Amino acid sequence: MNLHALTAHELSDLIRTKKASAQDICSAFRQQIERVEGKVKAFARVSEAQPDGSSPLSIPIAIKDNMCIKGMETTCCSKILKGFRPPYDATVIEKVKMSGGVIIGQANQDEFAFGSSCESSCYGPTYNPWNLKCVPGGSSGGSAASVAADEVVWALGSDTGGSIRQPAAFCGIVGLKPTYGRVSRYGLIAFASSLDQIGPLTKDVHDCALLMNIISGYDERDSTSVNVPVPDYTKSLVKDVKGLRIGIPKEYFIKGLDADVEAAVRAAIDVLKKQGATVVEISLPHTKYAVATYYILATAEASSNLARFDGVRHGLRVSPSTPRKAPIVDMFEETRRQGFGAEAKRRIMLGTYSLSSGYYDAYYLKGQKVRTLIKNDFEKVFKDVDVLLTPTAPTTAFKVGEKVSDPLSMYLSDIYTIPANLAGLPAMSIPCGFGKDGMPIGLQIMAQPFAEETIFRAAYTYEQNTEWHKQKPKI
Amino acid sequence: MLNKEDVRYIANLSRIYVAEDELDGFTKNLENIISYVDQLGELNVDNVEPTSHVLHLQNVYRNDVVKPSLPQADVLKMAIETHQGSFKVPRVIE
Repeated sequence: MNLHALTAHELSDLIRTKKASAQDICSAFRQQIERVEGKVKAFARVSEAQPDGSSPLSIPIAIKDNMCIKGMETTCCSKILKGFRPPYDATVIEKVKMSGGVIIGQANQDEFAFGSSCESSCYGPTYNPWNLKCVPGGSSGGSAASVAADEVVWALGSDTGGSIRQPAAFCGIVGLKPTYGRVSRYGLIAFASSLDQIGPLTKDVHDCALLMNIISGYDERDSTSVNVPVPDYTKSLVKDVKGLRIGIPKEYFIKGLDADVEAAVRAAIDVLKKQGATVVEISLPHTKYAVATYYILATAEASSNLARFDGVRHGLRVSPSTPRKAPIVDMFEETRRQGFGAEAKRRIMLGTYSLSSGYYDAYYLKGQKVRTLIKNDFEKVFKDVDVLLTPTAPTTAFKVGEKVSDPLSMYLSDIYTIPANLAGLPAMSIPCGFGKDGMPIGLQIMAQPFAEETIFRAAYTYEQNTEWHKQKPKI
Repeated sequence: MLNKEDVRYIANLSRIYVAEDELDGFTKNLENIISYVDQLGELNVDNVEPTSHVLHLQNVYRNDVVKPSLPQADVLKMAIETHQGSFKVPRVIE
């Protein structure tokens, strides 16, 4: 039996019935890491953690390198944070540890989650397990690749504009961005505070529900977490969509969408229709402005959040050999010059620009107003439908290096995922087929705030009627 | 249009040193992105309220109870430079 190929619910059954021990399971994953990590490079670092066997979920998990783990180096894959060992655990880490989770590795990501390909990490790129010449998507590319390559059972990622869903789609696994406020962000090193949300990357929908049960809930240490009861998400794993009202936003099926991806998504919609769901075309008229709005608001928030990385407290500190300005200013500027990669600098400068005197109204304030229009579009359609089905990304995984020199074309790969962040909606990507290039395709399911249960019901029904999630890459 | 002077100005506000030979690259990249986001100019949003946040939360308070904070020694353990229990930085005042 290949223990590393199993899901969390299968492994926890084995532990519960004493057919396998947590130690055996952990060793199986370590062997798989030994076998494939040299090719996939999913991890920033691998730990020596061992299961305590305290629970049936005492199984290996990967954590994106932007969540604070007490005493373990946590860097957001940036040079500027090298050597930083947080003195506390993020709330999700406390919860994972309480559930018995074995944090076997910290997953690679784009630096500070700035990217859609996992190529801007200071540790170098991660490769897609389905084709090592392709990117795994990003920014949670290491989390997605580690799950797809069976190096871990499941992983946590974070999603600011698609950073869980797009890599899940590219790697053929399940990824959920929960409703904004569903999961505590305490201890998540912030990118854009009004958009960031932590969520699961898993091998199937059942595992996604299990991991959501572990990480969800109100936290007084995050003033934007919402104090509403957390349901048992596994109760929504029901194979029944009779009467479910599905909306298909016409603005998502446009020029630039690959024919393979469109065909797979349309076929997926038909699967749910055959199971008794009703399907209507709807309109989200401001969709085309989402990417522009996002790159104003997300970079503005990032420029503010990343101001704290200045060489004063921890991480990198460098002063120039020849003085340019006052000693302290020289230290700030040289530390940030050497500590941040090109994309981080671009985003900090873009955000600083849109917040600067004379440009605030034209960019930042305008972006906030267009965000209202995008949010209103969703509120209107959710009066008539329960879920929206769309492609997760317009294409399958692109080649390593293909978009590195053209930031704008990289940004446009998030065109379908960004709106859910702007509106704070929950959204999931699940496998729904393969392109002619043999690369996985993702179906995105969006719902109203705190309607994750509806997403789980639709996703589970789809998954139970298809076999895509059982396909494995050959590495 | 964004020019090199603008980028120099933004880099200064951002506290990132940008060398002369890097200015052209950043100017081109930022100019590309800004001309893309300029499409928002098509929309009339005069009567639209801004959304800074999707949740309808205002003034989230906590009870004013003293709780232990992180031990000073733990926080300073990974400091770059310390002096008498504080972070030490290069000279600020000339």
